[in-house]
Amino acid sequence: MIDTGNTAWLLTATALVLFMTLPGLALFYGGLVRADNLLSVLMQCFAITCMVSVMWLAFAYSLTFSGTGPWLGDLEKMLLRGIAREAAGPNTTVPETVFFMFQMTFAIITPALIIGAFAERMSFGAVLLFTALWLVIVYVPVAHWIWGGGWLAQKGVLDFAGGLVVHLTAGISALLLAIMIGPRRGFPEEATVPHAPWMTMAGACMLWVGWFGFNAGSALKAGGDAGMAMTVTHISASTAALVWLTIEWVKYGKPSMIGIVTGAVAGLATITPASGYVGPGAALVIGLAGGTICYLMVVLVKRRLKIDDSLDVFAVHGIGGATGVLLTAIFADATFGGIGLAEGRDIGGQFAIQLTGVIATLVWSLVASFFIIKLVQLVTPLRVNAETEEQGLDLRTHGERGYNM
Amino acid sequence: MKYIIAVIQPHRLDAVREALSARGVQGMTVSEVRGFGRQKGQKEIYRGAEYTMHYVPKIKLEIAVDDNLADTVVEAITEGARTGHIGDGKIFVLDLEGAMRVRTGEMGAEAL
Repeated sequence: MIDTGNTAWLLTATALVLFMTLPGLALFYGGLVRADNLLSVLMQCFAITCMVSVMWLAFAYSLTFSGTGPWLGDLEKMLLRGIAREAAGPNTTVPETVFFMFQMTFAIITPALIIGAFAERMSFGAVLLFTALWLVIVYVPVAHWIWGGGWLAQKGVLDFAGGLVVHLTAGISALLLAIMIGPRRGFPEEATVPHAPWMTMAGACMLWVGWFGFNAGSALKAGGDAGMAMTVTHISASTAALVWLTIEWVKYGKPSMIGIVTGAVAGLATITPASGYVGPGAALVIGLAGGTICYLMVVLVKRRLKIDDSLDVFAVHGIGGATGVLLTAIFADATFGGIGLAEGRDIGGQFAIQLTGVIATLVWSLVASFFIIKLVQLVTPLRVNAETEEQGLDLRTHGERGYNM
Repeated sequence: MKYIIAVIQPHRLDAVREALSARGVQGMTVSEVRGFGRQKGQKEIYRGAEYTMHYVPKIKLEIAVDDNLADTVVEAITEGARTGHIGDGKIFVLDLEGAMRVRTGEMGAEAL
């Protein structure tokens, strides 16, 4: 049975989540790179969106959400064939086309997040090839395991809106890709500074608004769950932003624009897996944890380990997502204001299940991404040449300039 | 005639212009430039990572004046630009061989 209220909300949420990538994430990342590389980042976000959309219709949706295999779905719903206009999507009261579109926007933003790891140096062809393979080999299976009724879903892993499926898969693969492609020229001393922090702020705000669709939409219906998901999402973002602001103010004497918006995104990523299961008090704690841990990880990865995960995909999304998944075990429990764990399961038991989810996602993302990158290298060099990197990807790769002034 | 080039802190430009106007200087050319001196660039911090900016934004002034005004101009620039901090800038005074006003064809000091 199709419910019109639920359908109306999911249609809206779908548009909000697409808005997160185009233009939200594109501008968020665009402001953080050199002026000569702005268009390359926007272009990668846009092209990935289009390519994933076509692949999603062709077969990726079916492999994720059709069939009941523990590891992978089937090809029954390739090209959405045989699906009646009024038929409801799996376990929902919205048309399958709406469910299909809503899930597609998640499949789009996840590989787009990885752009932040290789920004300003990866060749455009390699970006597209990597993304296509990554969608099929990493995103589709993990999404099936957790959201498509696969083995982690059967174990009882709680991942409401994608701490594992979206943020951890992207974060881990981003870290590996950053290592394998190598740092930008001049990193760490002279790597380029963000060319337009205001653009990053504008993009982060679009992400924030879009995240209401991401988390509250993941309830797959309009109602109390969506309302609470939106509330905790907002509170976690605000808390983590304040954490980041405080740390910078105390440490450097200057609270920065880029710092506060990065904190907000960390808070959003961290609450994501928990958003449908926890209460507002937990959102404060999760925001506090997300802001603090992600900040420490940015410093660890960039400054101590000297890995040029250029726009901090691993530290913010990977770590935020994993932290949220683990904290979900605690705050989903009714004693902490959550909706309550499954019958007969205590926090320790749920924590073990969540940890299994984290480890499985981490290992699969890491191993699969390693082979994907090796495969891409057989076909095309990962990096642009030194001259292109120096002059900027916009002019050399796309024949355009971000600014004609 | 003298040609005076000064490199100053951007935020002191208005003070310098006022000091020059008060002494009757009639024109100057202003450019936004970047450079470094003993100040050796500056540090900026993004997401906890410190970056050294080798070139610091500055304003370059160019003023052509008659010989007798040169000391006054240097004095006015100094007055307007000085904050007492490192990075206040430098003033260079050059001999100027010729000048011409394009519209009228006037030459030398007449053209200034």
